[in-house]
Amino acid sequence: MAWFKRSPWILHYNATSCNGCDTEVIVSLTPLYDLERFGIINTGNPKHADILAVTGSVNEKSVQALKNLYDQMPNPKVIMAVGLCAISGCVFQDCYNVMGGVDKVLPVDVYVPGCAARPEAIIDGVIMACEILEKKYAEWKKGRG
Amino acid sequence: MNSIYEAYQVLSMAERALVFLVLAPIAGGLLAGIDRKLSARLQGRYGPPVRQPFFDVLKLFQKERIVVNKFQNFNIILFFLFTACSGALFFAGADILLTVFGLALAGTFFILAGFSVGSPYSHLGAEREVIQMVSYEPMVILMAVGMYQATGSFKVADLVQYEAPLILYLPGIFLGFLYILTIKFRKSPFDLSMSHHAHQEIVRGITTEFSGPALALIEITHWYENVLLLGMVYLFFGFNPWIALVVSLATYLFEIFIDMNYARFKWQLTLASTWLFTAVAGISNIVVLSVMK
Ligand code: SF4
Repeated sequence: MAWFKRSPWILHYNATSCNGCDTEVIVSLTPLYDLERFGIINTGNPKHADILAVTGSVNEKSVQALKNLYDQMPNPKVIMAVGLCAISGCVFQDCYNVMGGVDKVLPVDVYVPGCAARPEAIIDGVIMACEILEKKYAEWKKGRG
Repeated sequence: MNSIYEAYQVLSMAERALVFLVLAPIAGGLLAGIDRKLSARLQGRYGPPVRQPFFDVLKLFQKERIVVNKFQNFNIILFFLFTACSGALFFAGADILLTVFGLALAGTFFILAGFSVGSPYSHLGAEREVIQMVSYEPMVILMAVGMYQATGSFKVADLVQYEAPLILYLPGIFLGFLYILTIKFRKSPFDLSMSHHAHQEIVRGITTEFSGPALALIEITHWYENVLLLGMVYLFFGFNPWIALVVSLATYLFEIFIDMNYARFKWQLTLASTWLFTAVAGISNIVVLSVMK
């Protein structure tokens, strides 16, 4: 029995853009939406996290930080692209420093659409990420022997 | 309720210790769950289920083991062992001094674990943990001394069955102990070294570099520690088990309430206020008691 569904811990990283989605992630922690009632915790520490939620498009500078955070997370781990910027770059995709969506640099598992992504959509995305987390755990355990 | 005392006396010391080792994590986990639920309620949120701490720990055991220094987990295991042992000694009815020193030793290993990794956040957390320890340790020892003064024994088994209410002899000590209990429970305003709340200025403080099973072990150790500390509160009211149980639980709820109402103190204020409180409430209590006797 895997317990990831009951206790997914999130690391949130804002890779640039307008900060709209960034704020929405914070909003989903407030009493109105209360992420914690599903056992979801916004940890702020890659070593404790199961899900990496990225908001905003990736640029030449933030890609280093993003990869660094991802590498520090213990397996099994899932990446969630929150908002159109993180999916494709949105209105910023033609900027000279913007590389595009998160999936240009890291393997994204869940895409949460919206500009900005609504808190309900984000919570929905986390629940979906949990399913993938459980699947990845099963695979990872098999691989380990 | 007296039948509980009788059952307690029938058990040998080893059996009592075993009962503690088995039941304490369950009780501690439930307390942690109540804590999170109640904190959420006080903030106007719905809050996670009461079983949530168990889910967290079970999940952490399934995560990958990442080790940055081979001594880091060694220290955490010693932290766990010493805390569990001092708790077992306490509930077996052994010497309270031994319990207090065992707990201090466990805290030392936790600090060493914080220093053994590379992260500056962890180092900062460990430094703050040292300050916290310096703040609360005098009061913990004064508690043991005060209890000895009142009853003439250091043995927990004698203390808990002392016929007169200890709280009447040691009101100051009790207040001082209540004050440092906030530090020991890692509650605001004294959660400098690591906080159970998600966001802190030093990431996760002393536990920043611990992941997966090691973090789960730290969590379980805190459960043991919390039950042990509530057991110490119980001692003050040991003359009547019902009152003692209610007061221990009320103390825990009170700490949650304090936690919700305060912002984090700076370390200077933490140290100064704790020592001041220890001096005023604790030492004066001891002095008055020695004059009276
Ligand atoms: S998707 Fe929209 S709201 Fe979100 S960061 Fe990009 S531009 Fe801002």
